[in-house]
Amino acid sequence: MTNYIIEVEGVSKSYGGVVANKGISMKVPDGKITGLIGPNGSGKTTLFNSIVGYHPIDEGSIKFKGEEISTYRVPKIARLGLLRTFQQTRIYSNMNCIENMLISIPHRKMGFADMFGEREDKQTMEEVERLLDFVGLYEKRRLRSGDLSFGQQKLLEFAMALMNKPEVLLLDEPTAGINPTLINGLIDRLRRANEEFGITLFVIEHNMRVIMNMAESIYCLAHGEMLAHGSPDEIQNDQRVIDAYLGAH
Amino acid sequence: MNKNFSFKLHFPILVFGIAAPFLFPGLQLQIATLWVMVLFALTWDIMGGQMGYNSLGNILFFGVGMYTSVLFQVGQFADIAEYTSAHGGDSFTFTNAEYYQGLIIGIIMSGVVAAITAALLGWTVFGLRGPYFAIGTLGMAIAAGELMGTWEWVGAGSGISVPVFPGGAHTRSLLFYFLTFGAAILTFVTLQWVYKTRFGLAVNAIRDDEEKAEAMGIHTVRYKTVAWSISAFFVGISGALFGNITGIIEPLEVAFPTVTFGIFMVAMTLLGGKGTLWGPVLGAVLFHTLKEVTWTYFLGWQWVALGVLIIINVVFFQQGIMGWLMEKFPEKFGIVVENKEATR
Repeated sequence: MTNYIIEVEGVSKSYGGVVANKGISMKVPDGKITGLIGPNGSGKTTLFNSIVGYHPIDEGSIKFKGEEISTYRVPKIARLGLLRTFQQTRIYSNMNCIENMLISIPHRKMGFADMFGEREDKQTMEEVERLLDFVGLYEKRRLRSGDLSFGQQKLLEFAMALMNKPEVLLLDEPTAGINPTLINGLIDRLRRANEEFGITLFVIEHNMRVIMNMAESIYCLAHGEMLAHGSPDEIQNDQRVIDAYLGAH
Repeated sequence: MNKNFSFKLHFPILVFGIAAPFLFPGLQLQIATLWVMVLFALTWDIMGGQMGYNSLGNILFFGVGMYTSVLFQVGQFADIAEYTSAHGGDSFTFTNAEYYQGLIIGIIMSGVVAAITAALLGWTVFGLRGPYFAIGTLGMAIAAGELMGTWEWVGAGSGISVPVFPGGAHTRSLLFYFLTFGAAILTFVTLQWVYKTRFGLAVNAIRDDEEKAEAMGIHTVRYKTVAWSISAFFVGISGALFGNITGIIEPLEVAFPTVTFGIFMVAMTLLGGKGTLWGPVLGAVLFHTLKEVTWTYFLGWQWVALGVLIIINVVFFQQGIMGWLMEKFPEKFGIVVENKEATR
């Protein structure tokens, strides 16, 4: 029996009169890579935002490891081990790479006194260096992260997410704006994060080649509603999906 | 040797601070004020520089500390309403023991009450971001001054005088000189320490991208509240000391001087370089020196000179002196590309 780590049931969200998500139901299996596709404006990022508690949902239920999280706020959900990256890369741009990594440690068990705790203990520093090495930013670790190229910032953001030791990582277009050579490296690292660190990935992606290669199952949204769900092969041959992308609807 | 203490940097400052009142007895009050300015700039930078919350109302805690201190100094031994209606010190005398007990408790409580005030206010204004936070806090400071001006119990607009020092004038000014110097050093040492802990990283993260910090699970509200409380604690203590130096506490000009000290703390930090440990110190020294020089030699032009300085600062080098140095000589600040072979 498959174990589902995220269960979304009948979630709706509208902004004013615009219905961004309507009765969405979906499940993310534990330890797997799941994809989320759909044309621009179909409600993918809205669904991500709902899951991580960025805004309250109008109706429905969102469960993480069986726990209802739809009323929790962003930091609390993040501390449960459900982390997201942003479509527009977001890092702490005036801090260097090491500092970016050091503050990305898990904050799950932080008590009040931990606020003034040692930040560069040996074990944490080793982890920082290992992960910066993993994404190929070791040499640049003392540079201001805001001075890195866009692709490197994306890699840093990914390394920061790994530093947080999440159970699930929600990636919003991880390959957008990255040059094709770097994309292969990134896919490889995402796969390794999934296989070696056991992190469940839930990925929004526009690059069909990438998502069809990576994901085991794919959900497709269109006009705020769940259009189709299936394996990459099924999705690729689904006439409704093709129509949604080509605009015949 | 403690790595936080350097003979080239800290030692001369320490020596100067201790020797100054004896070397320049005529400038004792000005130098004491300088230490208050250093404290102002350092505490403003916790919020404005390190955390990116530009508070224009930190002077609120100066007034809160000042009133708290005098209320504890008087209230332990006399009825405050009677004291204020008799217009203060002359008709009430305190014994030596009462005076010093009152002063010590007053100073400590001024910090504590200011910190608690910050925590409570933070709860309401931390929802505001950017310019709205600046204006919101400014409004609070102005409102506090006006409110105190209507409160009869603490002397309303005519103010309240602090207990008279039981010794000679010279001893009094020496005592308060060293208390301000001590407060500035305590502030510096505390900040030097907290910036090196996880706290420093967390408030920097909030400055750079608060939404990201939340998404990474950082307890942002907790860090913000504590940051403001630390800032308020030291400003509160400086208020207690300054009130005792002035002798009479009046709400608008002395306790809540929003347009002078309240703005100076921002200007000094920007001049020296916000978000750095030494920037605010440097800014405070330069700003205060320029202010005292213009007040003495170019009276009438002093505000013009300060205005010009602020404009040059904001237009030509917004990053301040320390920020400019970091841009010019990044390698001196450890901003370098390092390959593995060089370090391992």
